[in-house]
Amino acid sequence: MTMKRKLAAWASSGLLAGWSGLASAAYQWNMQTPATRVAEEVYDMHLVMMAIILVIFVGVFAVMFYSVFAHRKSRGHQAAQFHENTTVEIIWTVVPFIILIFMAWPATKVLLSLRDTSNPDITIKVTGYQWKWGYDYLKGEGEGISFLSALATPRDQIQGSAAKGEHYLLEVDHPLVVPVGKKIRILTTANDVIHSWWVPSFGIKQDAIPGYVRDTWFRADRTGTFRGQCAELCGKDHGFMPVVVEVLPADKYSAWVDDQKKKTAAQADDPNKTWTLEELKARGEKVYAANCVACHQASGQGVKGSFPALDGSKMVTGPKAEQIDRVLNGKPGTAMAAFGKQLSDTEIAAVIAYTRNSWGNKTGEAIQPAEVKSQRK
Amino acid sequence: MDAAQAHGHARGHAPGGIMRWVTTTNHKDIGTMYLVFSFTMFLVGGFMAFIIRAELFQPGLQIVTPEFFNQMTTLHGLVMVFGAIMPAFVGFANWQIPMMIGAPDMAFPRMNNWSFWLLPPAAALLVISLFVPGGAPGVGWTLYAPLATQMGPGMDLTIFAVHILGMSSIMGSINIITTLLNMRAPGMTMMKLPMFCWTWLITAYLLIAVMPVFAGAVTMILTDRHFGTSFFNAAGGGDPVLYQHIFWFFGHPEVYIIAIPAFGVISQVIPAFSRKPLFGYTSMVYATASIAVLSFIVWAHHMYTVGMPVTGQLYFMYATMLIAVPTGVKVFNWVATMWKGSLSFETPMLFAVGFLLMFTLGGFSGLVLAMTAVDVQVQDTYYVVAHFHYVMVAGALFAAYAGIYFWLPKWTGRMYDETLGKWHFWLTIVFFNVTFFVQHFLGLAGMPRRIPDYALQFAEFNMISSIGAFGLGLTQLLVPYIIIKAVRSGEKAPQRPWEGADTLDWTHLPSPAPYHSFETPPVVK
Repeated sequence: MTMKRKLAAWASSGLLAGWSGLASAAYQWNMQTPATRVAEEVYDMHLVMMAIILVIFVGVFAVMFYSVFAHRKSRGHQAAQFHENTTVEIIWTVVPFIILIFMAWPATKVLLSLRDTSNPDITIKVTGYQWKWGYDYLKGEGEGISFLSALATPRDQIQGSAAKGEHYLLEVDHPLVVPVGKKIRILTTANDVIHSWWVPSFGIKQDAIPGYVRDTWFRADRTGTFRGQCAELCGKDHGFMPVVVEVLPADKYSAWVDDQKKKTAAQADDPNKTWTLEELKARGEKVYAANCVACHQASGQGVKGSFPALDGSKMVTGPKAEQIDRVLNGKPGTAMAAFGKQLSDTEIAAVIAYTRNSWGNKTGEAIQPAEVKSQRK
Repeated sequence: MDAAQAHGHARGHAPGGIMRWVTTTNHKDIGTMYLVFSFTMFLVGGFMAFIIRAELFQPGLQIVTPEFFNQMTTLHGLVMVFGAIMPAFVGFANWQIPMMIGAPDMAFPRMNNWSFWLLPPAAALLVISLFVPGGAPGVGWTLYAPLATQMGPGMDLTIFAVHILGMSSIMGSINIITTLLNMRAPGMTMMKLPMFCWTWLITAYLLIAVMPVFAGAVTMILTDRHFGTSFFNAAGGGDPVLYQHIFWFFGHPEVYIIAIPAFGVISQVIPAFSRKPLFGYTSMVYATASIAVLSFIVWAHHMYTVGMPVTGQLYFMYATMLIAVPTGVKVFNWVATMWKGSLSFETPMLFAVGFLLMFTLGGFSGLVLAMTAVDVQVQDTYYVVAHFHYVMVAGALFAAYAGIYFWLPKWTGRMYDETLGKWHFWLTIVFFNVTFFVQHFLGLAGMPRRIPDYALQFAEFNMISSIGAFGLGLTQLLVPYIIIKAVRSGEKAPQRPWEGADTLDWTHLPSPAPYHSFETPPVVK
């Protein structure tokens, strides 16, 4: 082959290889594939806007680059001296204005559709916590189901001592489960600071504001697992509280609802049971690992200047009632949440007993769930 | 620098050494101090960006803890906005405004000294916050409540820094407005004022209007933290979203406070290197004023997802889209200035043309963000990060570089090395785009902002962005080298090295400009 042919062959195969590489999920150029009609409308609207922008950008800067080449002093071009023209100013004020009106019309329609939360099939309350989500099914099929959803990616993957899984940072222990094709109304609120519940494939994002309730909605048009993240800086683990929604066919959803109801009944701890210290410590260790370790560390040493140590702390080795109060009600103005809202009496009793009998702490004290219950306001 | 050393001051009692700089009331000295301070803070903020991009180079947490990462993002923003880019343009204002209007100095020279010297203590507070228990606040430069209430004493230091910075800006603005309205040379009517002066006049009003609002917002956080108020705490009857309204009422005009002086510099540079007057001077004045007025009524486009009624979203969407009109007018006028000019592309013009391209690109991503339904997808993602870096770095920073290269001969009496200047430009624009263009895709693909670690599908573009950032940062180290080399051994500059430059500083003053210039005002025809 001639040099020219060889070059052409290389260039086109390079382009093709590059293009197919670009098509992979790794180099994603555009929004995620829509799974709701709203998301599709937003996706299309963005594409149309990009087309208009591209035309204007190329048009204006083609003119400028022509000038850059043709009107150079080094080419001998003499400067004209015109410096105003009212007609032209009016034209390039009015024409952009008209283009904006053409953009505003579809934008208005999509927004109105995005905000219409009326007549939902199922209503679910989403609560943002530092740093996980809580889901409460309020109305519709599944009513009464309630659980927390926290990041499931193991710490060692984050620290780099284990290989990262496919859904690194986008996997949770208990995803939100909804049926396909039904209108789901999502109420958002928060327990502590502002979070934001976002699922890109659904095209929705709604801030979760402590003390206030907002809403949004979606109707998933296909089954599958859809992943999003918290979208408002909420403290150190803002990047570690993903949103995962599993959309099931109607019959599988009903089966899941039944299953959840059975599990909740089975897991409910017997309120009258008296726990031994060993049982409490074993249970408490699990609760600690899921809720406390992020700040107070597995060693109980905390982080100097930010999160207090529990090992040797006055509160943990002093009167029980104070520690029970702190865990139930949190410490306002700090990151110590009111775990009374998230954990059962048994879980709180267990984790307190664990802290009082671990590391260097040897109080020998057990805490019974009834003691925690009596301190709830 | 050279100018001051060479002036044999007749009165003879001006101090030398450190005290000269501490007590100076000379607009040129103060301008120099602002510029040196701003470049120092630029390097500090740049180092923080380096840490951020180093952590984001690969998925996983390798270098810093998530808490510290949040401190870096917060300080990077605060330092760059309040320590680097704003003082840089104030530096230009100080150097250029008196010379461009034929005045001997600013209206209030001693207050001018104070305006500058408030800045180093404020910057110190921000940096010291890293070393108090809990470190610097990890809340983002926007300091949202109620997260800000949870932070340690570093948050209080930041609040005090903000107060001090605000005082500096307000005093500086009073100075600028009084100078421009009262001290123009005879014959210089308002509609003969150079565009750079017009943009600073307008910006100064914006600053006086909104800096107190920002001070109010952070003071309310301070009292919520320590004095039992509940402005932003729902449990006490307050509203976290109120903070956002107050902050962004300041925050949106703030970005125009950054952009409008940049427009002013571009309006001086492009005509000079086109050897042709600025096209549509009157329209440019009105467009700038329109942008400033509109900037007050669009703030909630930063809050589309808080849950405001849809009517509110629609209003803010329409109002925000409107700003594209006067901004477009300005871009068209700049291009029309170049059209049929006699163009040359020394470094100032390269940065000015780079500004035109990149700022417009950033403006377009801003238009996309204005569309509420689309914004719902990209709010709080890297798309926003890309947008504001395009307008603030490739926009305002490029304009600042254009101004430095343009005015350095007038300030120092020396030419910079044109080859090095061009290297600086080309490396900067290439690395800038490598760093930030891919961030648009990251945002569209679903990567949130302010996270120290990310899912695997974002890995490739993050690596590219980080490589670009390392290159971009290193390239800026050329700047002090170029300036020092010019001052020490640059070719002596003629009075008017740029044949198309036509303001009073170029036409009436030698290079370097004397320490005291226009002690007798010129008459302007």
